[in-house]
Amino acid sequence: MRLEVHKLCAFCGRAQILFDVSLKLERGEVVALLGRNGAGKSTTLKSIVGLVEQRSGRVVLDGRDITYAPTAQIARAGLGYVPEDRRIFTELTVAENLLVGRQPPRSGAPAWTEKSLFHLFPNLAELSDRPAGEISGGEQQMLTIARTLMGNPAALMLDEPSEGLAPLIVEQLGKAILTLKQQGLSILLSEQNLHLARAIGDRVSIIEKGRIRFEGTMAEFGSDQTISRTFLAV
Amino acid sequence: MAFVVIQFLNGLASAADLFLVSAGLSIIFGVTRIVNFAHGSFYMLGAYLAFTLVEGVFGPAFGFWPGIVAAAIAVAVLGGLLEVTLLRRIYQAPELFQLLATFGVVLIVQDLVLLVWGPEDRIGPRAPGLEGAVSLLGHQFPRYDLFLIALGPIVLGALFLLFRRTRWGILVRAATQDREMAAALGVNERWLFTSVFVLGAFLAGLGGAVQLPREAVHHTMDLEIIVEAFVVVVIGGLGSVTGAFLASIILAELNAFGIVIFPEVTLVLVFLVMAVVLVIRPTGLLGRPEFAIRAASGVAEPPITPQSEAARNWVFAGVLGLAVLPVVADAYVLSVATEIMIFVLFAISLQFLMGISGMVSFGHAASFGLGAYGAALMIKHAGAPMELAFLAGIGLAALGALVIGWFCVRLSGVYLAMLTLAFAQIAWSVAFQWYGVTGGDNGILGVWPAAWAASPIVFFYLTLAVTTLALVILRRIIFAPFGFGLRACRDSVLRAEAIGIDRRQVQWFGFAVAGAFAGVAGTLYAFLKGSVFPDVLAVPVSVDGLVMVLLGGIQRLNGPIVGALVYKLLQIVLASYTDYWRLVIGVIIIGLVVAFPQGIVGFFGTRLDTLLMQRRNNS
Repeated sequence: MRLEVHKLCAFCGRAQILFDVSLKLERGEVVALLGRNGAGKSTTLKSIVGLVEQRSGRVVLDGRDITYAPTAQIARAGLGYVPEDRRIFTELTVAENLLVGRQPPRSGAPAWTEKSLFHLFPNLAELSDRPAGEISGGEQQMLTIARTLMGNPAALMLDEPSEGLAPLIVEQLGKAILTLKQQGLSILLSEQNLHLARAIGDRVSIIEKGRIRFEGTMAEFGSDQTISRTFLAV
Repeated sequence: MAFVVIQFLNGLASAADLFLVSAGLSIIFGVTRIVNFAHGSFYMLGAYLAFTLVEGVFGPAFGFWPGIVAAAIAVAVLGGLLEVTLLRRIYQAPELFQLLATFGVVLIVQDLVLLVWGPEDRIGPRAPGLEGAVSLLGHQFPRYDLFLIALGPIVLGALFLLFRRTRWGILVRAATQDREMAAALGVNERWLFTSVFVLGAFLAGLGGAVQLPREAVHHTMDLEIIVEAFVVVVIGGLGSVTGAFLASIILAELNAFGIVIFPEVTLVLVFLVMAVVLVIRPTGLLGRPEFAIRAASGVAEPPITPQSEAARNWVFAGVLGLAVLPVVADAYVLSVATEIMIFVLFAISLQFLMGISGMVSFGHAASFGLGAYGAALMIKHAGAPMELAFLAGIGLAALGALVIGWFCVRLSGVYLAMLTLAFAQIAWSVAFQWYGVTGGDNGILGVWPAAWAASPIVFFYLTLAVTTLALVILRRIIFAPFGFGLRACRDSVLRAEAIGIDRRQVQWFGFAVAGAFAGVAGTLYAFLKGSVFPDVLAVPVSVDGLVMVLLGGIQRLNGPIVGALVYKLLQIVLASYTDYWRLVIGVIIIGLVVAFPQGIVGFFGTRLDTLLMQRRNNS
């Protein structure tokens, strides 16, 4: 699934957060959206799925303009979104959380079942009947990804999946995301963790103060140390 | 002992319809975040439709049960229509405007019911198969009540299965917790909202229909049940069906035993229990942490600034214009103008509470009415002169606001709003039931101004002076440190407390100030009318205030003035043309909410600002 973002602007009240952000995600590609805290990564992803009310620009999914489509319709079109703060339904059990995300199988996208997801995230299998509010942060991160995968998305947007997780869990997560990539999913990954982004990204876009400041392949990004020093170093 | 058991069963039987209504209210609120005032109207429609279907269309002998079910289904369909045609347009509007729109529906349904079924009580038939009574512990107990006792748990069980075992129910629970996330997973909100509304309306309609054999159907049952349902939801916790079940039993039992033990203090008992529950568990027995009502539109509101020179001149011109009114106007026009000024004052005090202090009140009538009763009681029982009675009125209103406020500042958002409504309702029933002191529904007559202020012209000037003075004082407070403190607490409790503001203290005083000024309005009102009736404490007065403030724009300094003027004029003019003015006002309110979700002054004010800015840029 192809995702194109043209000149996306987003506002919060009178403040402008995003300035003409353009991105391209080709079929089966992993694009890492990098940037410091508060650079506009999450707002970019939220604006794409329609969770930021004031916005302008154009978002096109496989040739279809979804800029002002309702959020639910965007999800139904095959664009999965995994939020930064996980947003687990804590009052529901793990299995019920998965059920909320369920959508019919989609042609051209891997079809997931509860069982195959438990295979991808083995920790979740034993927790199936537990209230999701009672599982650990790492498990919640697995659950939020699994929940979105239940919708059999053809493209996936992950918002800082490694945030706040132990290195060992991040490694597990990286493997799972690689598996998804191998299955042909297009992935837009917003990250601060360069290590994870390097391991799975094909291309890189860097955002700073709401503007895209660099676009290139992972190799180009890796060969020029000044880029990451200028835009990412703290 | 046997008597206690029987009385307990009586309580359980009356809990059933209360539970059905409250559960629906709670479920609808949980998902759509709409406090559906019209839920009482669904209940009432359920009862009237059941009456018609059982007595008329299906024939009395065999059609009772199909009639009950058909009435509930009809109400469910009406609820669905309401959601699709009206609420869907205003989900983006601030919650308070949605509330206003549902109150517009209440007004419309009230008049439609009068038009269709007339003002007289309707008495339904007995339920076939459940007539008569069974002998229980030596007492006669109605068979039908046994059915009602069973109905509550059956519905609770059915709802439990619905929410735990079906995908629809799981989606509803997910959306109740996080609507946006559910949408991001592809859950179609529109369809979910409509279906939830249909279910809630069905429950309310069923609640109304099943009480047909028990009580007469009448045209004020909508507000009666909605107030009780608010109390239930506050005690039980918003969004919790089980909480609604427990709380309706508690409330019904309190009523059942209160009536036999101390009839006069039943309501006080209810209020005490509610107060205790809320102080211990501010979100109700089984409620979720917080459901805040957004007073503003979600977009950051520009802070209130002292008004521009132009706006000040307009207000000044208005006062001057009023000052010369007695030259041209007759006594009737003067009395109308006086009444409007009183409501301007009332609206200003409510805006101070809602807009400045950030505490939404559904029960501001309590302060207005306490002011009126304070003055009237002073005259009736102490024979005091007007001046003293005036002070007594303000004092009683301020005292009342201090008591009510003490509880209210412990809560926030919807809970606070519902609690204010409950307090106002308690004040109303005290005035209504305490014949010895308040004269009950006969009211207190002979509350006339002192001789020097008796002429309509003098009283007009008196009101003008008091209202203007009150306006100036409240403005002064808004831009004084105390006012800044109030606004700080409104915008962020955490930050306000972090810089050393005692949030509860500040809000408590804010509540009392608003109450005292509403009391001033109430006192003037008592002297204008020459009498006081329990109506001054009733729900419509609170709602009138809400409508005025919201029409004017809650964050606009002069909003309540315009809102009160427009709304009161409309009411007076319409009432002189038609008996069904509620219907017209309801339609107008809904129209205004759909057309101007920011309020009239907000709407034109924003456009004016833009225009002025453009002009400045051009020059």
